[in-house]
Amino acid sequence: MTTLVRAPDTVAGTDRATLERLRVLPARHPGRWIATAVVAVLLAMVASSLVTNTSWDWTTVGKYLTWPSILSGVWGTIRLTLAAAVIGFGLGTILALMRLSRSPLLQSVAWLYIWVFRSVPLILQLLLWYNLAYLYPTLSLGIPFGPGFHDFETQNLIGKFGAAILGLGLSQAAYSAEIVRAGIIGVDQGQHEAAAALGIPRARQQLRIVLPQAMRTIVPTSVNEIIGLLKGTSVVYVLAYGELFYTVGVIYGRNLRVVPLLLVAAVWYLVLTTVLTIAQFYLERHYARGALRTLPPTPLQKARWSLLVGWARLRREPVPASVPAGWASANRTTGHLLRRGSSPQRRDEGGLA
Amino acid sequence: MSTTQSEGLVEVHGVHKSFGTLEVLSGVDLVVKPGEVTVVIGPSGSGKSTLLRVINHLEKVDRGFVAIDGDLIGYARKGDTLRELKEKDILRQRTRIGFVFQSFNLFPHLTALENVVEAPVSAQGRPRSEVEPEARALLARVGLADKADARPRQLSGGQQQRVAIARALATRPKVLLFDEPTSALDPELVGEVLDVIKDLARTGTTMIVVTHEIGFARELADTVVFIDAGRIVEQGPPAQVLDHPAHERTKAFLDKVL
Repeated sequence: MTTLVRAPDTVAGTDRATLERLRVLPARHPGRWIATAVVAVLLAMVASSLVTNTSWDWTTVGKYLTWPSILSGVWGTIRLTLAAAVIGFGLGTILALMRLSRSPLLQSVAWLYIWVFRSVPLILQLLLWYNLAYLYPTLSLGIPFGPGFHDFETQNLIGKFGAAILGLGLSQAAYSAEIVRAGIIGVDQGQHEAAAALGIPRARQQLRIVLPQAMRTIVPTSVNEIIGLLKGTSVVYVLAYGELFYTVGVIYGRNLRVVPLLLVAAVWYLVLTTVLTIAQFYLERHYARGALRTLPPTPLQKARWSLLVGWARLRREPVPASVPAGWASANRTTGHLLRRGSSPQRRDEGGLA
Repeated sequence: MSTTQSEGLVEVHGVHKSFGTLEVLSGVDLVVKPGEVTVVIGPSGSGKSTLLRVINHLEKVDRGFVAIDGDLIGYARKGDTLRELKEKDILRQRTRIGFVFQSFNLFPHLTALENVVEAPVSAQGRPRSEVEPEARALLARVGLADKADARPRQLSGGQQQRVAIARALATRPKVLLFDEPTSALDPELVGEVLDVIKDLARTGTTMIVVTHEIGFARELADTVVFIDAGRIVEQGPPAQVLDHPAHERTKAFLDKVL
């Protein structure tokens, strides 16, 4: 025998009918309004100085922004970043797996590598690689301690670009190794055990089971590192390699418009970093599969849904079915016992007392 | 409920295992005949889980041996010496032993179907085209045919554990080990998992189940083993061990859990 509990006639001392008729107003945040005003004033001051102070020389900035040699400098920076990131994360992953392997030899070698390459400043490494020809004028392919088959001139083999990607890539590998290792250690021990209990081969355990899960923690820090690397390529100016920072230096050396040209470089670094940040969002979203029940909407989805909801409301039509129900209701600004805001945990209807 | 069958004989002989200074198993002997269901009970910390993990070599023994169908697990015998097997060979041995974990340990980034397909393809080298229909059939057998494309996070605990059982069956093991398969579940989900295990027991696979579900042991076990402080205190048919325990410690334990 079950008894149904009836909803009480009064809630919080008021009868339900009255309560349901009450209008719900959002909480007030007077402090937030004052702060907003202060920030707005400050922003206006900055904006006005950017326009009125002629020393910024925006026409020169605009002119050089797409100057051919600047563009080739941007390309140089992109090339260096890509090459160094590939070497850095490729070698870094191998080093991480070596440090986590059961072989004491591999562990020690990886440890030693990370120790050396994290200890020596990047600028020093770059100069050392560039001057490798001083130590070894020729490099030769052959049998260790035996005859060589082919000799290379070190100077020709390495060059500026070679020295730059060696320096950037090899030192990046030391940092990436630790990031990847941290990601792998962070994966639940039960995952390693389940893979082992199923008899899945060791390499496959790492590549198929552990690494994809580790990516969730690896991606944010890695993008951080790659952004660091992107800007770190400016250090390569010591080798007189034609990347962005060196190129603007050459130009302002000739025309003496130092600040506008530094601004040109700053704008390009901003653009490149923005691209990486967007890539990060989608990468993180990709690797969140399995960790979240539903993936967060992309900015594009958010924009499309907002438009659809807004349009439907304007025309007083029902919201199209392609918009998730939670999105439509959470962003409604008025309505019967509905709260403002987009927190997914907020209740949609009803009241608590 | 035992059926005559030639494969799935488990022999545990004089096994000792310590973690640091703590001896978890101190000389365990156990023989499980092919096709039999053995339920291991005992207080927490008694070494039940370690015993299971020793059987598929997730833990290395300090002393003693484990053999399945006459093959030593983790070692190869050559004349008078025992040579430790390489990891690769141990992994191959494990495909004949299914293991179901207390906390499921499904791979969260893979769908239910991919979880089941993974080991037969990567560990046994069988073609995906042959494995996939079989995996779907296994999911259907545990009542989850419609959840093949769901990821573990989208399933209830009971459903996750049933996928984990299907995954353990996918390599066609001779022996199934269950490590407290229902302990992480909400009470109302325990039944659905036990039903699947009962169903398996009738198929004549050798099973060793560590559990606190005494009712399950009474209904299904050919042998109940009571283990305490790293030693097997007594073993026998459920009617004997559960209803007429010979040892004080068994009585004390059963009084507490029943």
